Amino acid sequence: MVALHHYLILSAVIFAIGVIGVLIRRNLIVVLMSIELMLNAVNLTFIAFSRYLGSADGQVSVFFVMAVAAAEAVIGLAIIISVFRHRQSLDPQEMQLLKW
Amino acid sequence: MVSPEPSSVAYDLLRWMPLIPLLASGFNLFFGRALGKQTAGALAAAAVGASFALACYVFWQLPAHGIWRDTVYTWIESGSFQVALSFQVDALTAVMLLIVTGIGFLIHLYSLGYMAHDEDRVRFFVYLNLFIFFMLLLVMGDNLLILFVGWEGVGLCSYLLIGFWHHDHNNTIAGNKAFIVNRIGDFGFILGIFVLVTELGRQGIWTLDFVELQQHVKMLEPATITLITVLLFVGAAGKSAQLPLFVWLPDAMAGPTPVSALIHAATMVTAGVYMTARLHFLFILAPATLALIAVIGAATAFFAATIALTQNDIKKVLAYSTVSQLGYMFLAVGVGAFGTAIFHVFTHAFFKACLFLGSGSVIHALGGEQDMRKMGGLKGFMPVTYWTYLVATLAIAGVPFTAGFFSKDLILWQTFSHGATGLWSIGLITAGMTTFYMFRQLFMVFHGECRVDAHAKAHLHESPAVMTLPLMILAAGSIFSGWLGAPEYLWGSRWEHWLEPVLGVSEVHHDSVSTEMIITLLTLGVVVSGFLLAFVNYRKTGAQTGSQAGGGLFYQISFNKFYVDEFYDLAIVRPFTALASFFARIIDPWVIDGTVNGVATTARRFSNIWRYLQTGNVQHYAAMFLTGALALLAYFLGQL
Amino acid sequence: MAGKDLTPPATQGVARPLENPIQWFHAASSVVSGKWQCRSMDMASVIFYLLATLLVISSLLVVFLRNVVHCAMALVTALLIVAVLFVTLHAPMVGILQVMVYAGAIMVLFLFVIMFLNPVELERRRGVWWGFGTILAVMLACVLTPMFIIDESPANPLAATESFGSPEMLAKSLFNEFVLPFEIASVLLLVAIIGAVVLAKREH
Repeated sequence: MVALHHYLILSAVIFAIGVIGVLIRRNLIVVLMSIELMLNAVNLTFIAFSRYLGSADGQVSVFFVMAVAAAEAVIGLAIIISVFRHRQSLDPQEMQLLKW
Repeated sequence: MVSPEPSSVAYDLLRWMPLIPLLASGFNLFFGRALGKQTAGALAAAAVGASFALACYVFWQLPAHGIWRDTVYTWIESGSFQVALSFQVDALTAVMLLIVTGIGFLIHLYSLGYMAHDEDRVRFFVYLNLFIFFMLLLVMGDNLLILFVGWEGVGLCSYLLIGFWHHDHNNTIAGNKAFIVNRIGDFGFILGIFVLVTELGRQGIWTLDFVELQQHVKMLEPATITLITVLLFVGAAGKSAQLPLFVWLPDAMAGPTPVSALIHAATMVTAGVYMTARLHFLFILAPATLALIAVIGAATAFFAATIALTQNDIKKVLAYSTVSQLGYMFLAVGVGAFGTAIFHVFTHAFFKACLFLGSGSVIHALGGEQDMRKMGGLKGFMPVTYWTYLVATLAIAGVPFTAGFFSKDLILWQTFSHGATGLWSIGLITAGMTTFYMFRQLFMVFHGECRVDAHAKAHLHESPAVMTLPLMILAAGSIFSGWLGAPEYLWGSRWEHWLEPVLGVSEVHHDSVSTEMIITLLTLGVVVSGFLLAFVNYRKTGAQTGSQAGGGLFYQISFNKFYVDEFYDLAIVRPFTALASFFARIIDPWVIDGTVNGVATTARRFSNIWRYLQTGNVQHYAAMFLTGALALLAYFLGQL
Repeated sequence: MAGKDLTPPATQGVARPLENPIQWFHAASSVVSGKWQCRSMDMASVIFYLLATLLVISSLLVVFLRNVVHCAMALVTALLIVAVLFVTLHAPMVGILQVMVYAGAIMVLFLFVIMFLNPVELERRRGVWWGFGTILAVMLACVLTPMFIIDESPANPLAATESFGSPEMLAKSLFNEFVLPFEIASVLLLVAIIGAVVLAKREH
């Protein structure tokens, strides 16, 4: 049988990969996609625990996480569109107006 | 010396005595100008008159062993330590009340005439009434703290009134000097109060009430009591112008003459004597302090008299005379004769006020001239002033059957009979000097040829009735007020019996009547010789005849007040000013401002370093989050 | 944590009608593992490791590919694999939702926006920051992993009912204990819609 910690470690790895994406990529859309990746890693953790503890709460939580992730992706993309209109660029490293 | 337990009766009337002048003062402060100068002055005088009427009533009604009390409200309440704004009237306070309100009232009347042409007279009456209020607080307070409030308050009014004509800078300087020297004394006073409260508190008694203090002070150790009394005497020395804190009183003559009469002759300066009499039970337990007081009193009396011998300003002579007489009062206190000291306060108030008001009358008539060398022969122009002045001079000299004779002789007799022969002889010589300089003044001002300037001579006139009437009343008092305290071989003293419930069994020694008479005759001899000296030197010419007995050097020293002011300036004022200047120019900008600004500068420098974290790049910020989260996770991992 | 029916699981080899994908999966894995008896590992583990590898590879592709559209495709793949993982974990309903909502709706939205914005330039690469970011993420994984291993939850799954993970179970939770978050989530979605419209509108 697959032990619980296998799933958890997998989830940690995916989460870390998502973090790399958020920190490194110079395209805002890819950053947003990396965030989705991180959320999915967390969802995996929830479902794994739900299975292994026999509790339905994990799955319900995933349900809500998905709803929120959807909302967040929508808003994020709307912001990206708005920013692109003004700056013609999707590179976060070019948006440093709050620099010292 | 245990006084019989006095019966205490509550009496709401008492609070009105200080309150009426206070209300009048406040009313004049706000509405005085609207009332008009005449009405404002009349209101002020009437207020004090009302207080005087109340005082008379209280005095009349007060039973022999009674204390009347009026508690207004509890001022301080801190655990078991309670201080109330509360008035009491016993025999001692009743006497002081009569002096303060009676002579205060006469001087208010006098001021109506004296200040008639002054633009600022409303302000004058505001301050004067305020002074009466504080002085009444002082004498009527039933605990040491209320007394101190009054003490400080009269110091304030003294400052305000000395510097009354503040357009002349010298007057304000004199006012400052008075206040600051008083402050030095007050510092000692308040330290004394602190020690008293703490030491008693250590025994479990938390009080400053006079009646309770009298019951409990025996619990304290002698060393403590000596310390307390010395500190309290420092306060008295400041307020009552004893050595070394007398320097403010001659300068205080910069104020208007009614002020000099009321505050610096009759009432405020006697507050120190009153305080020691009120706390006699404490001072009795500290013989070392009493010895110190006696020595200082005698020294002050002698010292001030020597200065008065050569002064040319009419008011300065009287100022030094006041210091000298105050020295006599403290001499009496020092030998334990508290009742005698209060007796001298009583008589001195009459004749000194009369002298000051008389000099004011002269100054007023001459349009402001105060130098005696420019006076003379005024007897013909101002008869009433002259005769009252003469009576008062006789009183201060101690001519028999005047008030001064009875009180001063009593002091000298007490000093002698308590064994302080050295001090007695100093007092004797001082009496001679007193006679001399007072008659010198009388002759220079009123007799001989008239040396007055021509333009002043033109409007030379006797003062109006509002000024001469108080003079006459005071002159009468200068004679008859002393008759209350006559020695046994005449008709006996009602004075000590009156004060007995407060001050304990009479301290007057009545053992050897013959010795007393011999002492009196000796004093009389000294007085006569003083008079003759003055007569010979000043009767005819009326002008200074060069060097006094002792030669030119002595004259110079005396005339320059023994250079005391200069000495204080060099030894104390200048180093202090230098220190203050050092603090102002160096410590304040560099250390204090430097520290405050330094904190701000350091914060700014650190900010300038940290702000480079704000790269504006969101991914950098995310990395910082992550670093923080990693640290936390590592910590929790370590916990597992 | 209500409604937990712990009836004994279906044992292998018993002839029963296969009612849901879970049973299909278990039946399939037991058949396969029955064929490969010599393997020490059972089928479930094999499948897990296969899926895990694929997932990791597609995640890496999402993060390290240069073309945005390629990244989006990799993400779709990753999401589908996660859906399969959900199914193996007895959460078929959530798995279906994952496919429909995540891989279906959200990724489509992403692709729409990519095409709409049409970013042509490829990104530049910078060395130092890439290295630093990667190191940080690796450190994160390293910190998390021991935590998960030390964890004291049961290593093997508890016995589950047939209805575990089914729509009925989910619905029961949603409308009983979690009805308030449910309602709030709907408000949230409404707000998101309005917000997106307002933000992306062309200004006049």
